[in-house]
Amino acid sequence: MNIEDIPRRRFDALIIGAGGGGLRAALQLAEADASVAVVSKVFPTRSHTVAAQGGMNAALANVLPDNWHWHMFDTVKGSDYLGDQDAIEYMCRAAPKAVYEMEHFGVPFSRLDNGKIYQRPFGGQSQNFGGEQAARTCAAADRTGHAILHSLYQQNIRAKTHFFDEYFAVDLLKDEQGNILGAYVFDIHSGEELIIEAKTTLLATGGAGQLFRTTTNALINTGDGMGMALRAGMPLQDMEFFQFHPTGIAGRGMLITEGARGEGGYLVNAKGERFMERYAPSAKDLASRDVVSRSIYTEVKEGRGCGPEKDHVLLKLDHLPEDVLQSRLPGIRQTCITFLGIDPADQPIPVYPTAHYTMGGVPTNRHGQVVIPVKDTPEEPVTGLYAAGECACVSVHGANRLGGNSLLDILVFGRSAANHIIEYLKENRFHKVIDEKVIKQAYNRLHRWDTNSGDESVDDIRHELQKVMEENCGVFRTQDVLNNGVEEVSKLAERLKNASITDQSELFNTARVEALELENLMDVALATVYSAAARTESRGAHSRVDFTERDDKGWMRHTLYTSEERKLDYKPVRTKPMSVDSFPPKPRVY
Amino acid sequence: MRFRIYRYNPETDKEPYMKDYQLDNVSSDMMLLDALLLLKEKDPGLGFRRSCREGVCGSDGMNINGTNGLACITRLSDLKEPVELRPMPRLPVIRDLIVDMEQFYKQYRDVKPYLDVKDPLPEVELKQTPEERDQLDGLYECIMCGCCTTACPSFWWNPDKFLGPAALLQAARFLGDSRDQATDERLQALDDPFKLFRCHTIMNCVQVCPKGLNPTKAIGDIKKMMVKKSL
Repeated sequence: MNIEDIPRRRFDALIIGAGGGGLRAALQLAEADASVAVVSKVFPTRSHTVAAQGGMNAALANVLPDNWHWHMFDTVKGSDYLGDQDAIEYMCRAAPKAVYEMEHFGVPFSRLDNGKIYQRPFGGQSQNFGGEQAARTCAAADRTGHAILHSLYQQNIRAKTHFFDEYFAVDLLKDEQGNILGAYVFDIHSGEELIIEAKTTLLATGGAGQLFRTTTNALINTGDGMGMALRAGMPLQDMEFFQFHPTGIAGRGMLITEGARGEGGYLVNAKGERFMERYAPSAKDLASRDVVSRSIYTEVKEGRGCGPEKDHVLLKLDHLPEDVLQSRLPGIRQTCITFLGIDPADQPIPVYPTAHYTMGGVPTNRHGQVVIPVKDTPEEPVTGLYAAGECACVSVHGANRLGGNSLLDILVFGRSAANHIIEYLKENRFHKVIDEKVIKQAYNRLHRWDTNSGDESVDDIRHELQKVMEENCGVFRTQDVLNNGVEEVSKLAERLKNASITDQSELFNTARVEALELENLMDVALATVYSAAARTESRGAHSRVDFTERDDKGWMRHTLYTSEERKLDYKPVRTKPMSVDSFPPKPRVY
Repeated sequence: MRFRIYRYNPETDKEPYMKDYQLDNVSSDMMLLDALLLLKEKDPGLGFRRSCREGVCGSDGMNINGTNGLACITRLSDLKEPVELRPMPRLPVIRDLIVDMEQFYKQYRDVKPYLDVKDPLPEVELKQTPEERDQLDGLYECIMCGCCTTACPSFWWNPDKFLGPAALLQAARFLGDSRDQATDERLQALDDPFKLFRCHTIMNCVQVCPKGLNPTKAIGDIKKMMVKKSL
């Protein structure tokens, strides 16, 4: 198709991604009578929100005493003081309402005898600013993400949201002033291209867990929105902070929810020892994820791993009553039976830290507006561009996300972004004119795969990238290893320019989709290794063997990586909350 | 291990055909999806949907040796050779193992699959006892993979009139929710010779559901509710 003939459609708001963040925003916009288009490369209920298990945090105090301020303290501490305290206060205050809304939307939460929503203990939670364990995670058995995603999709059916299912977004579109004005997309079914002109665009494309070989993430989690943002000249923030979940099924990566430990499960090494007692004497198995992952890694490294290869530890659930397993953890029980042939009611589960969550992302403020440094201002909003959820960095998770805060993040900031968009639309009633050069660039990026005759293969490069990232950007890091990572990823990025695909069909061409995904993943990988190699301290999930201490004087600041010249910049952490006193950095002990 | 896979790209193929594949070094813990991903590396044109790899997203429903199932949770060692893979029956094929699921999604939308509360909403959660919540187990876990509906002969015969097991399971999920206040409208909308009553309890849906759900029982429960209502 000629570039002039590509059809155009106009909407008030374009949402890219139909996971929990995108669907929550879409619902808010549809109910405000905005014309909203949701573009998703998979049918909405296939989005990776569906795989979230344990639950979402909110200080409802249904089980134990709680309040939002304690939740805020835990989140700030969990972030290793890299989280922005205004955004964290906003999220923790909004959490109870976000849960009640989801309940009203139909989410089948598990229940307590008094009819209220069931809440379970999760890692890093405390009462009274670091005291006794709290129970803050609202759960629908261990299928909370599924329940939330499906309920949100159902509410969007009611609200008659306009969906472009199985459309792939190639690039953002803008004018010469840099206002973001929609996206260049194509229909995966037919291959037909489409220009979506939108007054506002929300990125809600999720994380980039496919950076790593062993991951809890779905095959679709390729950092598409992050790649699009980078190519549009936006920075990515704090990409060195990648969460390794302590309990992926060893060697395979399937997630075993932290809720398994919340319900009373615990980890043991080859000697049968509850080793977390040594690393986190008070929180033990419910310490923060970065802490538990490092502990497991250390146990294995020091020869106390289980199995013939001594390469994992065991998660014990067999002491729990079977009805607890069946009512609270039925999903992971089935996963173990399917993939391991073992029933956790009888046998422990082999687990190992597994790539899980991208703490970094497109920098935003708490209204979901993408913010970038302009001259002396570190956070100038980009007109028309928003981001929410795992693809964004608002930053509520800082250097380490707490379990149960991810579903909360997508719902709170999906909603707040939509509310800001609604206000913006009142003031900005007309579409601006897209720069034709930018359309041409997107067109060329897509069609380069029609003509390229290079001899590199997309599959080979992806496999090598995942291996390089695993070996050079894992749980523990050193300068040499990180520098090697920078070098290796840079080489792969060069090779990608010579990759080609053999399938040139227009109809449901999955090879082409995978090639475009790999381009996104490569840009995100570069951001990750460059950011990581520069940070010479240990904070949260970024753990340096050669710089073992947190350095608040030198490094309590956010990293900003831009693709042009692969440049790094920094900006201060927002330590001032909205209304309460700031939590100053303290040693992080669990 | 040997595979025979349905191939059809309307752009280049006059008609569908079965293509033979051979995969070496198959290990005992491999799932069918792992094999498909390896075969696709050799033959990148092979089309199928996939995402989560663990049976929760519902992308990779297909017909495996004559029975619908999810590739990602089907163990290779449980399959007879050659493993014959076809698209799920009765839906239009877009390409290879990828079917157009719009008819299936339309049935889902037709049952108004969302909670309908008519009373003013409280500022906190609507109360529900654990026993009331238990009524939703076996109903809410559906992942919309399409395995059940496309295995159902009643759907094959009347795809545009019979709602099919997946949509009816959703109807039962909301009829069974103590918080929902649209029971009468829901039952009335289903009271039709085709939508619900074309279920002849053949039970293919129960046999193939990868999540172990029982749409036939759910349909039976709806019928019981209708009888009760008419009395």
